[in-house]
Amino acid sequence: MSTPLWQLPAAQLLALLQQGDVGAEELAVQFLDRIEMLNERLGVFLYVNPEARQQARRIDQRRRAGEPLGPLAGLPVALKDNLCTADMPTTCASRMLQGYRSPFDATVVERLRRADAVVLGKTNLDEFAMGSSNETSYFGPVRNPWDAERIPGGSSGGAAAAVAAGLAPLSLGSDTGGSIRLPAGLCGVVGLKPTYGRVSRWGLVAFASSLDQIGPLARTAEDCALLLETVAGHDPRDSTSVPQPVPPYRQRLSEPPRQLRIGYVPEHLEQASEPVQQAVRQALDLLVQNLDAQLVPIQMSHARFAVATYYIIAPSEASSNLARYDGIHYGYRADEQAMLDQLRRQREELRRAGDDRGLEELDSPLVRLYRTTRSQGFGAEVKRRIMLGTYALSAGYYDQYYLKALKVRRLIRQDYLDAFEQVDVIAGPVSTTTAFALGEKQDPLEMYLVDLYTVGANLAGVPALSVPCGFDSEGLPVGLQLQGPLFSEARLLQLAHHYQQHTAWHKQHPQLALQV
Amino acid sequence: MALTRQDVEKVALLARLQLEPEELDQLAGQLARVLEYVDQLSQLDTSDVAPLAHAVELTNVFREDEPGQTLPREQALANAPRSDGRFYLVPAVLGE
Repeated sequence: MSTPLWQLPAAQLLALLQQGDVGAEELAVQFLDRIEMLNERLGVFLYVNPEARQQARRIDQRRRAGEPLGPLAGLPVALKDNLCTADMPTTCASRMLQGYRSPFDATVVERLRRADAVVLGKTNLDEFAMGSSNETSYFGPVRNPWDAERIPGGSSGGAAAAVAAGLAPLSLGSDTGGSIRLPAGLCGVVGLKPTYGRVSRWGLVAFASSLDQIGPLARTAEDCALLLETVAGHDPRDSTSVPQPVPPYRQRLSEPPRQLRIGYVPEHLEQASEPVQQAVRQALDLLVQNLDAQLVPIQMSHARFAVATYYIIAPSEASSNLARYDGIHYGYRADEQAMLDQLRRQREELRRAGDDRGLEELDSPLVRLYRTTRSQGFGAEVKRRIMLGTYALSAGYYDQYYLKALKVRRLIRQDYLDAFEQVDVIAGPVSTTTAFALGEKQDPLEMYLVDLYTVGANLAGVPALSVPCGFDSEGLPVGLQLQGPLFSEARLLQLAHHYQQHTAWHKQHPQLALQV
Repeated sequence: MALTRQDVEKVALLARLQLEPEELDQLAGQLARVLEYVDQLSQLDTSDVAPLAHAVELTNVFREDEPGQTLPREQALANAPRSDGRFYLVPAVLGE
């Protein structure tokens, strides 16, 4: 029996489509059927595109008519639900944006449509991409396809689980502090956070603007290369996108990266759990043997401050970015009458008590509308981060927290610059452990520490990817992280591609995905 | 780092959030723990370090000042919780 289509990498599916061996509609229907069967259990998609089949059929018609087609013609793609789409809702997994319809497509979505990809739908995430386990979604958690009682990692949990469960061959996610790499690692797929500025952020709902970056998730590095070269490149609508030509990443994969100096931070390996350590060490050995690479122990002396730095900078930027949710322009709005009644009751009480100060400090109806709307529209984690950021930016604390964090950010980036004088890439674990159980981490700080190895790349702006490198004794995937200098995506993808050609971790499928 | 309930209430007003009493208490504890953790940054001497707001150095980006497309009114108002078709509607801000 031949391999079912859903198990094939996107590059192979593309070849089948181009040769006419598979139709775009046939392919879309296979994935849509799988979504239908598995989505209720996994919570991956928040919205399935009702036009997907029709759109795929039109591509088949155009192909038959000999019309020119885009480079991804007929390939199904899933979009994280913080990427704006004009024809589908964009919720950010928040009550605040339930039912919101963007008036425009994000640049990456526009580029995918121009490439004739077929958008399957919008995937679940931590609310406003704030979380490391995908448990903060207003619409319920995503479950890890390898063990449905465990978390898939976050915040692009839906994007990673979609690929792992064979619900989509390609996914776009976003990564502010590890949100692509962490779920990729915990779900056993490849995920790449590009260099800051490599991909336009126009139409990505902003979380922390100096850290956010959109990137691909797929089963193979080759598929990530394919998706990245489609969406990357300068965009006049995002002035932080960089006007540098986009290399043909996929074509470059055939150049084997010889005699690389691969750096690793010994403490990062030692801090990881036994199975993670073992898998990562074996992966490093394989790279050394097959590529004639050299392993170089390096120091990143400020790496241990990265989480503290990140959890000042990201919430600060978030508190400012999320100020736009006011219940006036779009999104959720609290019940106005109930809010006004409450305010009136409070005013009467204060008047009766003769509390002049209290009366003076009482919210105006407009301020109360903002406050009630935002308190009802945002979930606990989003409120926590807005509070943390507002505090860090407030008078009297700005220097102590925000400014201090920006200074340490420079030290962290300097560590990377120094390291890349000595080595070509930095390899290590994506996370200290494999996927933990749903509900296991209740303490916010404990959850923040999950991002220990991933936030550095965002603070320094450098590209980083996660590639599957093994399983623990419970059959849960382990991810190998590769970080490189600015704009070294081609090198990282080459290395991951080469590694995947000598390993078969990415060819294994979760039991749950094989059952349907 | 001790955070009083009053501190948290003040920040909530700045952040335009309305917190229930139980939320206030819970947040005071959680924020204090996170602040205690991030206080480790004070171990580092950064007196000679310039702040870094963006990892990839950016310069000003200019473009020609040309009129482009704007969002049509009906589209801009399409997601508004309350509008009269011309303007966004808010609770009365004058009077009271």
